[in-house]
Amino acid sequence: MSESLYDRIGGEAAVNAAVDVFYRKVLADDRINMFFEGVDMEKQAAKQKGFLTFAFGGPHNYTGKDMREGHAHLVAKGLNDSHFDAVMENLGATLTELGVPADLIAEAAAIAESTRNDVLGK
Amino acid sequence: MAKITYAEQSYECRNDESVLQCLTRHGVELSSSCHAGVCQTCMIKATTGTPPADAQKGLKPQLQQQGYFLACVCTPTEDLTVVNPDEDVMPQIAATVIDKTAFNDAMLRLRIKPETSIDYHPGQFVNIHRDDGLVRSYSIASQANDDYIELHIERLPEGRMSGWLHDEIAIGDKINIDGPHGECFYIDNKPDQNLLMVGTGSGLAPLWGIIQEALAKNHQGEIHLFHGSHSAQKLYLINELQQLADNHANFFYTPCISGPENKGFKAGRANELALSQFQILGGWRIFLCGHPDMVNDTKKKTFLAGASFNEIHADPFITQ
Repeated sequence: MSESLYDRIGGEAAVNAAVDVFYRKVLADDRINMFFEGVDMEKQAAKQKGFLTFAFGGPHNYTGKDMREGHAHLVAKGLNDSHFDAVMENLGATLTELGVPADLIAEAAAIAESTRNDVLGK
Repeated sequence: MAKITYAEQSYECRNDESVLQCLTRHGVELSSSCHAGVCQTCMIKATTGTPPADAQKGLKPQLQQQGYFLACVCTPTEDLTVVNPDEDVMPQIAATVIDKTAFNDAMLRLRIKPETSIDYHPGQFVNIHRDDGLVRSYSIASQANDDYIELHIERLPEGRMSGWLHDEIAIGDKINIDGPHGECFYIDNKPDQNLLMVGTGSGLAPLWGIIQEALAKNHQGEIHLFHGSHSAQKLYLINELQQLADNHANFFYTPCISGPENKGFKAGRANELALSQFQILGGWRIFLCGHPDMVNDTKKKTFLAGASFNEIHADPFITQ
């Protein structure tokens, strides 16, 4: 069996390296940072870690139902494809910045992309 | 086989299972997500026993030191008593007021001596409980080896607890406290790191304690304190801090006044002045104490300026 994406990308150390960079990009991005106004940064950082672990093909416990329920309040505030695209862009830029090879970035992006309909409640 | 005690019930943890699996198997529900020691959703705290270091990876050292660990990746090597940090109720301890000194009309220095000594770091906080059930949190300004706990009480408009402490409590009286709580304290793992501290009002109390501890532990990096208020009336320990800055080449003190009466002080808000002086904060450790809006706003801004999330410590107090 070939090594998993999570192992090839660098596992937990990669998540730890990526989380600050990714979260900083998201908070600085005026297209999406209004969704993060007033949220508890500690809790949010842990969620970002969970998301990155998931996108890196790591162990997780998410179901489509969790994704729907977790984002429903944001969909009600207008969360749509353009915002999802912005997050995808930040994810790609984060991994590029950390020197992750393009083929692995594509794999991670595909995993993240697979949540689009659940996140947007479609 | 280790025993896990949670909410006064003990459970046998099998050798091949994590604390999280053991508790789940016994019907105890903890929030969890990744089950891989990454997302930190299942972080709990050991109040007795030492969790293995592997289960504390990625946590702030301040949390590691207090026994926090990730239940999903903890295969315990010894018996542990664990609590959910959100439900961590500590026993109340009686403490005697041994000193009450006004810094000025608004700020009171209260020193109390607990009946059983508590092990704390300056910068952590205790809760004061009044007999009618009123509870307020106050940060600790004294050092661990002092034989009292020093708190700075800011008189707040309509403040029931602060009014009571200012006007009614007298030396010799007993009050009930619990604690310590919080992870806003100094740790000497990076002596060359620069420290940025921003405090408003009695948010100086934890910072005062942290500065003293850092200097006592011979911290080598620069320590910059911006203490601010709307008016000079709520700045205090000004001479002591200036003295400290005169005696330590790596300590810098900037008292700031955001209101119109700012003669002799830096004009502006402490957090804004700090962020304009230090625009790139990668590698810095940040301490933010005081008004919750200031703390939350500055947490975000210092993070965006490059400070690592694990190196931002904050202690907002409730203004009521």
